[in-house]
Amino acid sequence: MSQELSIEELEKRFQEKIDAEIKIEPNDWMPDDYRKTLIRQISQHAHSEIVGMLPEGNWITRAPSLRRKAVLLAKVQDEAGHGLYLYSAAETLGADREETIDDLHSGKAKYSSIFNYPTLSWADMGTIGWLVDGAAIMNQVPLCRCSYGPYARAMVRVCKEESFHQRQGFEIVTKLAQGTPEQKEMAQDSLNRWWWPSLMMFGPSDADSQHTAQSMKWKIKRNTNDDLRQQFVDITVPQAELIGLTIPDPDLKWNEERQSYDFGEINWDEFNQVIRGNGPCNKKRIEDRRNAKENGKWVREAALAHAEKRKMKKAV
Amino acid sequence: MEEKKALFEYLLRLGDDSLILGQRLSEWCGHGPILEEDIAMTNIALDLIGQATNLFEYASSLGVDKRSADELAFVRYEKDYRNLLLVEQENTDFGYTLARQFLFDAFRKPFFEALSQSSDQQLAAIAEKSLKETKYHLQHSSEWMIRLGDGTDESHERIQQAVNQLWAYTEEIFEQDQIDQQLIQAGIAVDLSVIRASWTKQVQAVFSEAGIDLPQNTWQQKGGRQGKHTEHMGYLLAEMQFMQRAYPQMEW
Ligand SMILES: [Fe+2]
Ligand SMILES: [Fe+2]
Repeated sequence: MSQELSIEELEKRFQEKIDAEIKIEPNDWMPDDYRKTLIRQISQHAHSEIVGMLPEGNWITRAPSLRRKAVLLAKVQDEAGHGLYLYSAAETLGADREETIDDLHSGKAKYSSIFNYPTLSWADMGTIGWLVDGAAIMNQVPLCRCSYGPYARAMVRVCKEESFHQRQGFEIVTKLAQGTPEQKEMAQDSLNRWWWPSLMMFGPSDADSQHTAQSMKWKIKRNTNDDLRQQFVDITVPQAELIGLTIPDPDLKWNEERQSYDFGEINWDEFNQVIRGNGPCNKKRIEDRRNAKENGKWVREAALAHAEKRKMKKAV
Repeated sequence: MEEKKALFEYLLRLGDDSLILGQRLSEWCGHGPILEEDIAMTNIALDLIGQATNLFEYASSLGVDKRSADELAFVRYEKDYRNLLLVEQENTDFGYTLARQFLFDAFRKPFFEALSQSSDQQLAAIAEKSLKETKYHLQHSSEWMIRLGDGTDESHERIQQAVNQLWAYTEEIFEQDQIDQQLIQAGIAVDLSVIRASWTKQVQAVFSEAGIDLPQNTWQQKGGRQGKHTEHMGYLLAEMQFMQRAYPQMEW
């Protein structure tokens, strides 16, 4: 091994590997910014999984049937599992899990803004699966080919489960849309509330996105925000039509020439407000996570102390 | 009592124990002290809801009345729920939750062992499946009792306090009435007086390793099997039944 390569040479070789679709592994050399970008993105993603447990967790105790209760429990548990894989992936880059979590609690680290919206009816359990997990899949399928090996591999597992969630969610909404007038109304109201926030999940328009270009060069990202958003709209609109629900966008129209849907302007002011912490549930979500950590402190300390005592006993 | 009716009652008791404890545990989802433990508690809640589903489906299939498994689970009045008072107690903190779980698991394991020998084939099959789950639950809750009892001064005090409080609901576990007697004679139900020794042994062994004192109070609260619950039950049901009550007779 040659030890004396210049930074330029290392960077060049690194980019060549990326261009040749060779995965970067934890012990490989990588530019600082690549590492930082990935840590930011992966931990943000992990936080989204964990904070994302809360809006759906909100309905577990009120789920309307035994089957729905079990399915929802399992779904939220899957999300906790996704959080675990992702924190582990971030750890391979040197990010300490607890420190990362503290950044979330202090507001330094971000998570997907969609989880700052409230879950107000049972129908939201369907809509979240259908739209939010659906949008997550669109974002994440390309990440299965991400240049960083541990992240790409975590995403393969995650995506399988997300598509399961998406189908379950659509099934809940379908059942409501085909149910009584009250149920249908519940489903439509839910779609009205979640449609626009779901479109915002793809992030700012490409022209305004800070990270897209570099991330695409590094193959951390493979598609632009606007491309993914368009894909999502094109797939979801026919699904809504199929079950007789109306997308709450008067400008939504099939564009024959583009073979794609045109859709209305996203309210980016709202998006920016929610990102800044002013969404309906930002404070509550972080408070819940902080409480979980603080209330669990004595439990974690006890587990540690017991493990220590056990080790001492063994050593004697 | 007609045997089918007695069996129906018996299934409700078992189903309610699982359902109500599963409901309580599921309140933790998203709020656990560590992510791994959040997942573990959700897992146990899932097993319990699954057990309740099997038991209510069986009860419903007996044709004693026309209620479906979901109707049995969600639309009875409070006084018609037959669960032990222990399982409806509030989560309070992780210590209470674990102590409640342990006292229950230590009963459920020998119970399902015995029930898997039931002359009722379907009940035996449900018991056998539940036993596999319960073995894991008991291992999990026993390990935590030891961790908390042995861990720090604070954890020791908290878990001892939880055990002291919940002890008043342990005598009820082994109460038997005519329904039990009738079904024991038919070889269907478990004689609780027989498995009690096994419960006591497990509790003593874990307490001793954890350094937890066996509570000395002899006062006991009973009534769950007769539908006389604690004040917590009404709130639990208000939440659990919300959808079925607000939107009656609909499918979900
Ligand atoms: Fe997820
Ligand atoms: Fe998901």
